Order: sequence, then structure tokens, then C-alpha cells
Amino acid sequence: MAFGQRQVFSDLNCRLQRGGTHLLLGGSGVGKSMLLRMIGGLQRPDSGEVLVGGHSLAERTEEELWQIRMRIGMLFQNGALLDAMTVFENVGLPLREHTKSSEEEIRERVAIVLNAVGLEGVESLRPRELSGGMLRRVAFARAIVREPEILLCDEPFSGLDPLNVSRIEALLMRLHRDLGLTIVMTSHHMASSLRMADQMILLRDGGCVAGTPEAFADSDDSRITEFLGADGRAYLARQSEIQAGSSA
Amino acid sequence: MTGAVRALGARSTELITGLGRIAHFAGAVIASLSKPPSRFHFFLRALYNAGVLSAALICLSGFTVGMVLGLQLYTTLARFGAEEGLGAVVGLSLIRELGPVLTGLLVTGRAGSAITAEIGAMKATEQLDGLRMMAIDPVHFVAMPRAIALTVAMPLLNALFITLSFAGAYAIGVTVQGLDGGIYMSGLENAVRFGEDVGQSLIKSLVFGLLLGLIATYKGHACAPDSAGVARATTSTVVTASVCILIADYMITALWGV
Repeated sequence: MAFGQRQVFSDLNCRLQRGGTHLLLGGSGVGKSMLLRMIGGLQRPDSGEVLVGGHSLAERTEEELWQIRMRIGMLFQNGALLDAMTVFENVGLPLREHTKSSEEEIRERVAIVLNAVGLEGVESLRPRELSGGMLRRVAFARAIVREPEILLCDEPFSGLDPLNVSRIEALLMRLHRDLGLTIVMTSHHMASSLRMADQMILLRDGGCVAGTPEAFADSDDSRITEFLGADGRAYLARQSEIQAGSSA
Repeated sequence: MTGAVRALGARSTELITGLGRIAHFAGAVIASLSKPPSRFHFFLRALYNAGVLSAALICLSGFTVGMVLGLQLYTTLARFGAEEGLGAVVGLSLIRELGPVLTGLLVTGRAGSAITAEIGAMKATEQLDGLRMMAIDPVHFVAMPRAIALTVAMPLLNALFITLSFAGAYAIGVTVQGLDGGIYMSGLENAVRFGEDVGQSLIKSLVFGLLLGLIATYKGHACAPDSAGVARATTSTVVTASVCILIADYMITALWGV
């Protein structure tokens, strides 16, 4: 897969588990966001294929992809809210387009998801009237309003204050636990992402290395040790111990 | 020599590919007309932006063009003692040619460029991708209401432009130059044939509106997703649509049999 003249992926082969929480890692420009876009069918690989639920995306027309995208929610890095619409119209849009919900039901559901991301009384505001953190939370609310099976999150914690990082993290974990949501995310907010992830995928040199956080903590693979560093691996090991303790 | 032929071939291929893409996009916009939901309120919003917000510019331009025509034509016709023909000449030139063409060019600069810039900015900020991820067709959601709004707004703005131009020519020819108002109006009434002249004007403005709608929305959808790309697409809309309007004007005039 190339971006202009620059080849991003040359030998990428990875498998994401249904119901898993996957953290995409890697330096800037390795293709984390591009991989999310490929899973969503927004970009097609130059060669090879992307399978979602056993369906190859490469062979499908844009119209056929809509059926698959009905099961996917995506949080874009900059929110991608429609700036001509209010917060209520933005969050309610997937319900209005794809369900037979009444206006009252849409209003109720929008209020529930906005409340879940810690926003109240912002329904009539437009995206330009929101702060960066609020904008991301509205985008997050829109991504989950239809309770998708797969959630693609590009930097879900970016621009959020610590309170809202905890809130979004708790919400993601609850959706993951209650609905069996499959989460694929990129994040530079290591504490929250490492607490959530049950599979880590390190993108590097056009390919990837995948494994559990425990496997990453114990790994001798130079690609992993170089990227995480001693502190990162120690943190991972500590997190793994905490999680093992809490599950015991 | 080989390099020049190769470059010519590459440019030709690029041109044909571009035309193919525009045709494909136009087909998608027209096909999306019959798809539910109707998006009528989006159409009304786009009609307001393209039509109502252009009305002041059209009124001012129309009145000014009418005043210039009134002044120039009265002076020229007076040399031959034919100033009574002012209403007829103003009427025919405005209804058949100047009205639809100048309205088309003004709306291209005012509304067409705005639509391209708006859609281009939506692309640059991933709003179109956001729609695609929500399984919403951006052509149906964004392009179709705007393209149809321009097609509907153009004849209405054309009528407004022509009416204001008549008023401008009247103001100069009758009020300033002293031509009899009844002669001006009867000359206008006798010269203009509704089916022939007004029909041609209506067809032209409909075609110009559709062309502008398709070009403006296509350029927005196809632009590079950055600020320079949006700027290039906006300029390209104005240039391409203006040239297309002038070419289409000649073709319709020729096919109509003048």
C-alpha cells in the first residue's frame, strides 16, 4: 500500500479477533490511521486484501461496502463532524438515516450517548462552537450511537482532560464488555490504551508484529524493545501483573 | 519529438479520463435523484444559499447592465433616428443572450465557487469520509441537493436579471434620455416572442445551471484534501464552468436556429 510515492505497507499480515481490543502502535507515518481506513473500506490496498467478517472489501463496490459499514463505527482523528449541522443533528444522523426511529426516540438516544460521554445541553451547538475535547466526545457519541459491532478509533483520548480520558476509557470498556464490541484503536495515550488492549500490533518497516501485552513485555524482538524502550516494557509488565491479580 | 508525442498522449489520456470521471459523477448525481430519502430540506437550504443569497448581486448587476445598454443603444440608435427601437433591441439581446450568459457567469462566481469550496473543505476535514463510514452516500447527501438547487435557481435568477435590466434600460432611455415610455414598452412587447425567445432563455439557463451544478460539486468531490487543493478546485470551477457556459450558449443558439 503506497501513499503517493511513499510505500507504507509492503508485507502486512495481521488478524484481529472478534470482540477483542486491539491497539495499533508505531511511530509517526507508519500507517496506523491508514490501516484503520483500510479496515473501514475507505482506502483499498494496491494489492492483497482486507477481510471483515470473512468478506473481502477489495472486491466490493462502494454500495456493497455500506452493508459492512453499517456494522462499523469510526472515530476520526479530527472528529469529522458535519459543520453545517448541530450536535444533535450530527449524533442523530446515523439513526435518522438507517433506522425507523421516531423523532422522540432519536432525541432520547442522542441525549443518552451525549450524557455517556459527559456532555449535556450542547445539542443545539454547532461543531465550531465546541472546544477540541468536546468535539471529540461528540464524534465519539456519533460513532457509538447505533451500537456498532466494530469500533475504529483514531486517537480516542487525544485532546481530552484526565477526567474525560477516564470517562471515555470506562465507556469503551463497558461497551466492549456488554456488547462484545471489537475495538481497533491507535493511541499515544499509553496508560489508558495499555489498560484496555488485549492485543497489540506494532507497525514497522512495512509490516507488523502482533501479540498480547504480556508477550510484548517479555519479547526479545528488537522491533518491540526499540519501540517500547525499557520504561514501556516495565509499564506493560506491571499492567499485566495488575490485570492478572484483578482477574484472579 | 518522441517526448512531445508522449506528453501529448499523456495529456490526451488525462483529459479523456477526466471527462469520463465527470460523466460518471454526473450519472451518479442524476441516478441519486430517484433514491430515497428525498433530502428536500437539504435542497431548500442549498436553494437559499445559491438563489436567495445571489439575488442582491443579480439585481445590482442586472440594473447596471440595463443602464449601460440603455445609454449605449439609445445613443447609437439615435444616430439613425431609430431610438424607438430601444425596447426591442434591449429585450431581444437580454432575453436571448445577455440574460442567461451573464447570470450564468455571475452565479458561477458567486455560488458555484462557494459550493466547490464548501465540498472541498468537507473533504479536507474528512466529513465526506465520515458520511461514507456512516453508510451515507456523499453524492446523494451533499452533491445532489446542491446540483439540483443550482439548476432550479439559475432560471429564476435569469428572470430576475432580465427584469432588472429592463428597468435599468427604462430608467436611462425614458427617464434620462426622454424616450416615450409607451414606445419603449410597446417595442419590447412586439419584438419578444414568448415561445421562441423566452423559451430559449429558459432552456439556456436550465442547461447552464445543470452544467454549473455538476461541475461545482464534482470539483469539490475530486479536489486534493488540503487548502491548496481546495483553492485550485475553486478556481478550476470558475474557469471550467465559465468556458462550458459560453460553449453551451453557442451550441444552443446554433441548434435553436437563432
